[in-house]
Amino acid sequence: MFSFELLLDAVVLGVLLGCFYAAVSLGLSVAFGLLDVPHVAHPAFLVLASYAVYVLNEFYGIDPLLAGLLITPFLFVFGLAAYRLYYETFEKRGSDAGVRGIAFFFGIAFIIEVLIILQFGVDQRSVTATYIGKAWRIGDMRIPYRLVVAFAVATLLTTLLALYLSKTFMGRAIRAVAQDQEALRLMGANPIRIKQWAFGIATAVLGIAGALLIIVAPVDPTLDRAYIGRTFCVVVMAGLGSMTGTLVAAIILGVAESIVLTLFGASWAPAISFAMLLGVLAVRPQGLFGRRS
Amino acid sequence: MTPPDTSAPLLQISGLTKRFGGFTALDNVSVDIRPGERFGLIGPNGSGKTTLINCISGAFRTEARTVVFRGEDITQLPAHVRTRRGIARSFQIPRPFKSMTVVENLMVALDFAVATDPLVSAAHRHDTAMSILAGMGLASKADASATTLSQVELRKMELARAMATRPKLLISDEAMAGLSSSEVDEVLDLLMSLADQDITVIMIEHIMQAVMRFSQRVMCLDAGKIIAIGAPNEVMANQRVQEAYLGT
Amino acid sequence: MKRNGIFFWVGAAVFLIAIALMTKLITNEYPFFAGYVILQFIVLAVAWSILGGHAGYVNFGTSAFFGMGVYTAVFLFKVAGAPLLVQIAAAAAVGALMGFALGLLTLRMQGIFFSIATIALTIVIETSITNWRYVGGAAGIQLQRPPVTWPFSGYVQMLFFVQAVLVVLAVVVSRYIQNSWIGRGLQALRDDELAAECTGVPTLRLKVLACVVSGALMCAAGAPAAMYLQYADPSSAFNLNYSVSTLAMSLIGGTAHWAGPIVGAILLGTTQQLLTVTISSEVNVLVLGVMLVLFVVAAPEGLIGLLRRIRRHRREGKQ
Repeated sequence: MFSFELLLDAVVLGVLLGCFYAAVSLGLSVAFGLLDVPHVAHPAFLVLASYAVYVLNEFYGIDPLLAGLLITPFLFVFGLAAYRLYYETFEKRGSDAGVRGIAFFFGIAFIIEVLIILQFGVDQRSVTATYIGKAWRIGDMRIPYRLVVAFAVATLLTTLLALYLSKTFMGRAIRAVAQDQEALRLMGANPIRIKQWAFGIATAVLGIAGALLIIVAPVDPTLDRAYIGRTFCVVVMAGLGSMTGTLVAAIILGVAESIVLTLFGASWAPAISFAMLLGVLAVRPQGLFGRRS
Repeated sequence: MTPPDTSAPLLQISGLTKRFGGFTALDNVSVDIRPGERFGLIGPNGSGKTTLINCISGAFRTEARTVVFRGEDITQLPAHVRTRRGIARSFQIPRPFKSMTVVENLMVALDFAVATDPLVSAAHRHDTAMSILAGMGLASKADASATTLSQVELRKMELARAMATRPKLLISDEAMAGLSSSEVDEVLDLLMSLADQDITVIMIEHIMQAVMRFSQRVMCLDAGKIIAIGAPNEVMANQRVQEAYLGT
Repeated sequence: MKRNGIFFWVGAAVFLIAIALMTKLITNEYPFFAGYVILQFIVLAVAWSILGGHAGYVNFGTSAFFGMGVYTAVFLFKVAGAPLLVQIAAAAAVGALMGFALGLLTLRMQGIFFSIATIALTIVIETSITNWRYVGGAAGIQLQRPPVTWPFSGYVQMLFFVQAVLVVLAVVVSRYIQNSWIGRGLQALRDDELAAECTGVPTLRLKVLACVVSGALMCAAGAPAAMYLQYADPSSAFNLNYSVSTLAMSLIGGTAHWAGPIVGAILLGTTQQLLTVTISSEVNVLVLGVMLVLFVVAAPEGLIGLLRRIRRHRREGKQ
């Protein structure tokens, strides 16, 4: 029932899966980790991006990754608009923004879910590409290409975003706004503009992330609920706003899910990320690599 | 009531150290505050002043016996119990209860911090709150929403709310920051009048004139350590204090 | 104040008598079947507001409490054939315990962290129930209603009346909290937890109390649902739709007054019933989501807040 090979299998798949989880969590790491926006609708945006990729793939035969790239600019603009709305209605007014901000994003998530159901129904949707469906064999181990592709693209995406945040002027400004808004204002920069830009970036990376989501497995309209657990687990475990932390935390989650799946079966899978999230929140809310005063 | 025993300190801080991760915010701080004293606490930004009050008022926990109030170790008590024992504070950035009116802000203190006598009616407590507000010159604003107050009014309301808890020790954290000079004088006079009512006051302030006028004793912190303590003139004259402030 | 109190108690008594008369006079089951759902949402929304409204902690875990209520009833019914009232009482106890645990969580998490933790709690509990074969596992479980007891003519009528009693109970508790020192303390800690603590408010104790009361009521509201549907399965008992509906009803009604969630629940509950019957349950969730977002953006204080603002304007107009 349980063997070393099985475990090794689970760990390798877990690492690949983990890198994929990092890719879908990056946006939240910026939006929530750096900007403190209670973005519960992030996973819903992700699923929405997946459906956009699905449409481009199904009806125009565009490769899912290319499709993800194509929708990226639109997502960026969408993100800019979304932050503006959030800022004008909540952050600017200040008082009690917490309760209503959270309710706002929760409501948005449900609206997206239902709109997808009304348009596409509740059935699962998937994409076609040459690398989907085949697997790579090493000895007894069977690694699906779709996971390898997801792993490679996810790692690239994470690295690019980490470089963007640490090397470019705008990236540094985004990190600075997370640390101290007031100081930035004194330096003559407009923190709101920077946060809006950052939220745009956070939404834009969902293009590729959404493509990966539908490459890795078929999507359905309520998939975002499972990813609330996964993405928040990763971001909180990482310590808010750390990109390297995001990658490491995501791999931990991926491996944990993969092992539990192997040992106890799929019916326990939905609870793993949420249980880990609860554990992290209760024991070490500043995360493993936390920025925290 | 017996006259306050001047020999027994009201508040004893001994060997207080507070670390955040690898950063030492307070390093072995020891000081006694006497009953009725007007005590000034100064130091550059990040020197540990606010951390110290957080340790006294209970926002941060510290090791046993490092904070002793009226002869009792209070380090294990949560903040609200410390408030009930007689430690009140204002905040550097005012923290009003925004959904309430000014008088309701005070009523929270009267409802929770003061040992409630069932015979004391709500109306009576309302009167108490009004008289505290009148003493602060805020009576006309009693029914205004806390969000409509000006900066100086907010500062005064915070002091009034702290006073409503009937403190023996009041800690004022930069209650004058950002005020005009006439407003500074107003708040300073208020604090002076409190000290006349047998309330011990610890004042954190950057405005040196105010500290000099107010304090009987001044302590200067730098990087979590006490670098000078004593009469205001002496502390100001101290070379290390000047270096810490002027940043040579 | 005094006159208000009399009105309230008379109103509550009239409400219960009217409900009792309804169960006697109306023979068609459908109104009870539909009305039950609305009553259930009133209890959920009122209970949610005790924590969400007064204390400002947004609980997304209504479905966790509701579902645990359902499954407490299922378990007791299966194991001992426990009567409805025992099921409800036990569910309330379970809910109180869960609330206690949730209250302790508030010690370490606030704002969005708390909200996310409540979703996490929901999924973890749902998954555990899904893997518990005794109560039916993922496939769910059929339940056979016992014969109805006097004085009711049908089981649905009885459930309707029981849920109405829970409504009165929830409203009485919520109103008491709003008007007492507990409500003022919760309001203070919602505005500023540190300032409240430093003003003498025992914030942790009050939060735990609010969680316990809110949790017990939510769980109790869920318990009769097992017998109502004669069936239970984890994915519907723990459906996040309960969370979003409850949240929407409370915020749309307005949480500043105990009547707000009632207004919200009646309004949205009725709309939902109509939409589900006439169009589809998807459209119903869509309407719910859109209303929630609209209100949160445009009328943050809910209907109660709007009403107050209008009244204030009118008063100022007169002067």
